[in-house]
Amino acid sequence: MRSSLFFFLVATLVGALFFFGIRWVANDYLFFAGYTVLQFIVLATAWNILGGYCGYVNFGSAAFFAVGAYSSVALHKLAAGVDRYFPEALVGLAKIVLPLNIPTLIIFGGICSGLIGLGTGYLTLRLRGAFFAIATLALAVVLQTLIVNWDFVGGSRGAYIIRPQSVPIIGSYIQYLFLIMVVLSVLALTVARMIERSRLGYGFATIRDDELAAEACGVPTLRLKLIATTISGALMGMAGAPFPYYIGYLEPGSAFGLAYAVNSIAMPMIGGTTSWVGPLVGALLLGIIQQVATVTISSAVNLLIVGLLLVGFVIVAPKGIVGLVQDFMRARASDEGRPTWRSRLAIFANMRPGAR
Amino acid sequence: MAEPLLQVDNLGKRFGGFVALDGINLSVTQGERLGLIGPNGSGKSTLVNCMCGTLQNETGSVRFDGHVVDGLAAHQRTHRGMARSFQLPRPFTTLSVAENLRVPLLYTANTRRGTHLSPAEITARCEELTGLVGLAAKADKLPRDLTQVEMRKLELARAMAAEPKLLIADEAMAGLSQSEVGDIVELLIKLNERGVTIILIEHIMRAVMSFSQRLVVLVSGKKIADGKPDDVVNNPEVIGAYLGQ
Repeated sequence: MRSSLFFFLVATLVGALFFFGIRWVANDYLFFAGYTVLQFIVLATAWNILGGYCGYVNFGSAAFFAVGAYSSVALHKLAAGVDRYFPEALVGLAKIVLPLNIPTLIIFGGICSGLIGLGTGYLTLRLRGAFFAIATLALAVVLQTLIVNWDFVGGSRGAYIIRPQSVPIIGSYIQYLFLIMVVLSVLALTVARMIERSRLGYGFATIRDDELAAEACGVPTLRLKLIATTISGALMGMAGAPFPYYIGYLEPGSAFGLAYAVNSIAMPMIGGTTSWVGPLVGALLLGIIQQVATVTISSAVNLLIVGLLLVGFVIVAPKGIVGLVQDFMRARASDEGRPTWRSRLAIFANMRPGAR
Repeated sequence: MAEPLLQVDNLGKRFGGFVALDGINLSVTQGERLGLIGPNGSGKSTLVNCMCGTLQNETGSVRFDGHVVDGLAAHQRTHRGMARSFQLPRPFTTLSVAENLRVPLLYTANTRRGTHLSPAEITARCEELTGLVGLAAKADKLPRDLTQVEMRKLELARAMAAEPKLLIADEAMAGLSQSEVGDIVELLIKLNERGVTIILIEHIMRAVMSFSQRLVVLVSGKKIADGKPDDVVNNPEVIGAYLGQ
């Protein structure tokens, strides 16, 4: 617990430095680009809780992300038409409560996506490997079809969200959104690291390694899988909730975009899947490369870059960047029984020798 | 007479048209060392799987420690004190030896006690268990760095970490040399002396004879003999089943 608190404080400090550093540069574009990178940190970390820790590959990340985004759109629309959608007796109350601020929308988006995650987990409890992956892909298609046919949130036409120009204290709205995403990233990374080092983390690792043996050791695998799908889904939804305010116009094609599903998988795979560090490194690396490519070449090459890097890493370093580094870290970690800077760093990053 | 620790009544299991278990009755008393033998395909592992909850029996019932456990998931039966080792070792490959032992301590020993073991107590239990099975020097190694016999020992230590009342060792000695078989038998007897009831499923007769106080023979999903080891191995029906008539 103390170690998690320490981690949270360090991560918050780094996040604050990041925010004030970019603010000092005074270029709004950096906030736009940074927001996307941070959003991928949350998505990749969320994916890794189910895909990396438990070994259940989720191809439907975009669906969870979109549920978060569309929950915000729905609440935004509701706020815009209080007189139309609420009975007279409740209009007064609704006008006090609505419109909701972004942190509340994030909590709401997290709850919606978490429930979808719980439902997905429940329906796919007995599925493993490719069958589970296909089921999550099907979930994305089903949800996209539902959204396309739901007029209230814009259907296939999409929905415009007019965001305020500025917010008190912070100033520019994009800086506010960026700060929110910094907080979400810190939260997601802290959650991931806490899970790794807990009883739950050991349970997840046994599910990844051998479910039959896990059950024989007393691990309630079905319950743990439900917990993993719920936490993973909730974090993805939380990442999606502020998205309509970032992009201004949300349509099903962008919310359910292939880029989210592919990046959520590729980033942890390239970074390494058994430690919270992996998705962070992968998201920073791929996110920054994609942002640079967007302004120097074209955003159309983003997925090509991801694909090429993924193929390269699968061949050269299947355990990801963390896998490459951890052998070096553990090299002389316990030779003389005294902790070294390497062993301390390895423990902080929760790197296990030889872990995938 | 005291109630048996494990009572299997009329247990039946089919796989499609194949009858794997046909009305098995079995009773194991507290502290007993039972040997379970039978030719390949006789239903030994299916019986273990049905007792432990990996498979659900279709007919009959399993009573453990005074309670019917039919319908309970495998982990729930482990929580009640039934642990098993697997025919082919199934270690958690990304966890070290000590971490492999930590899992049942966290999920079973803690659950049963009702109070949580402190991290220091868990570490102490891991050290005790690795010492007991002779893996103390390899506690930080991954399972891939272990030899075959060490892997078997890890399998047994992990089952022991769940602090079971009944340990079912499914072919814990397959593929081991004579001296290694001796090591495992010695280890199992040591565990039994600590009060753990043990069912040993094995093909190596030397090991079964030196370990078992009672021997049960399965053939084609049916129990054909149950008694003292010397009597059972001289039973004409058992000899016929093994050598053919």
